[in-house]
Amino acid sequence: MPNEQLDYQLAHLEAEIVLLGGLVEAAIFKSVRALRNRDLDVSREVIVEDDRIDDLETKIQNDCVEQIRRQAPLAADLRRIIGMMFIANELERMGDYAEGIAKVSINMGHEAPLKELEDIPKMADLAVSMMKRSIEAMTISDRDASGKLAIEIENDDDEVDRLYAKVQADILSLVEEDRHRAVRGTYLLWVAHNLERVADRATNIAERSIFMSTGVMVGGNAEAQAAVSG
Amino acid sequence: MLEPIITFDDDDLVLEAEKTSVFYGSLLAVEDVSLQIPRNAIVSLIGPSGCGKSTVLRCFNRMNDLIPGTRITGSIKYQGVNVYDEGVDPTDIRFRIGMVFQRPNPFPKSIYDNVAFGPRVNGLTDDLDSVVEESLRRAALWDEVKDRLDDSGLGISGGQQQRLCIARALAVDPDVVLMDEPASALDPISTQAIEDLIRELSAEVTIIIVTHNMQQATRISDYSAVMMVGEDRVGHLIEYGTNEQVFGNPVDQRTEAYVTGRIG
Repeated sequence: MPNEQLDYQLAHLEAEIVLLGGLVEAAIFKSVRALRNRDLDVSREVIVEDDRIDDLETKIQNDCVEQIRRQAPLAADLRRIIGMMFIANELERMGDYAEGIAKVSINMGHEAPLKELEDIPKMADLAVSMMKRSIEAMTISDRDASGKLAIEIENDDDEVDRLYAKVQADILSLVEEDRHRAVRGTYLLWVAHNLERVADRATNIAERSIFMSTGVMVGGNAEAQAAVSG
Repeated sequence: MLEPIITFDDDDLVLEAEKTSVFYGSLLAVEDVSLQIPRNAIVSLIGPSGCGKSTVLRCFNRMNDLIPGTRITGSIKYQGVNVYDEGVDPTDIRFRIGMVFQRPNPFPKSIYDNVAFGPRVNGLTDDLDSVVEESLRRAALWDEVKDRLDDSGLGISGGQQQRLCIARALAVDPDVVLMDEPASALDPISTQAIEDLIRELSAEVTIIIVTHNMQQATRISDYSAVMMVGEDRVGHLIEYGTNEQVFGNPVDQRTEAYVTGRIG
């Protein structure tokens, strides 16, 4: 006897999370593109559109609370709903990072970035790809496949950290050469920091996906591996 | 990976079913249940209707003896002694292991006489008043009935009647109280009162409770045992562990399916 009502609602919540992920993806790409093109109007759009992300996150949280109230879910159902509340919150915060990048871009005015953007778009690509795969890990019920994705994401997070360190080193050496570059350098450091945080939160989502399918809370690659194979 | 059935140190046990099977006539109702009950724990028995929860519960104080044609194999050890051994008086066992049923069933007597019944049967005549007061206090009923102890036990509310039945069970100072869905016929307020009472009592007595309300099981018990009817139409114990395990991350897929409402 399937619990049709709850299954339907869980699928509906999952679809809302996927939708939220799509909005966040667009916001991050748009904020980085606007930064590169020095298009302040597009940066302003990102800030306005963040309200949609906030609203959808609030709706998902409310829908989750409603299902907990109605169904008093247990075991895997409970973990899925609690997990989705957590993931919605992580995605909303990623949207804030996109908004943060847009604000940095606006603060820069029409001034060109301190240096050609090379690693920052790479960080954005990788962080967004991690975010999309972390949501995929949440939606697939095969715990082995979901665990594999989670481990991949943890590995990619190391790559984002490496890129972030490189951006930091590049900018610091430019600033050391000429301290008048400090303000413009700081702008780019903020952007890179925000993208590094996006990747961290994608990793959180991946870890939460493992919890949703296995019931084990993990905090790192080795633990993730053990939870999935155990 | 956790074991599907938790076990405890022998020293901590008050009751233990060992490979217990129950037949009603030629019908095998419950097969090979091995279940250890640690002292002062609250253990919930859960599972779909007809899975044998109440049958197992009734084994612990030989209430199944009262159903004609019942036969039991394996053993039920109380303090290390098989309660089904020859020479064991089932009445003695029932004083040590009391029972509270789904529907409150006070005797058609006064509130006082309901509680005094067991102690009187035991030959207690002195100090009955204090035993009655103490039992009603332990059942969290004293303040509500102290001015009308001579009124009929049937004249109080359902929730109060159930607490009266608990006071009656406590009056003989049992080690264990078995409860068969004690709150299923009560409103939420009375249910809350019974649940609070069960938690308080567990400081002194061991409680085994059959319930269909899984939220109730998660709230009040320390451990939960899950029974299920297999394709052989016989009840089996499939999982027994902490509530964190049973309701959070069950070992057995059938438990998962049951607690999430997919079967049963």
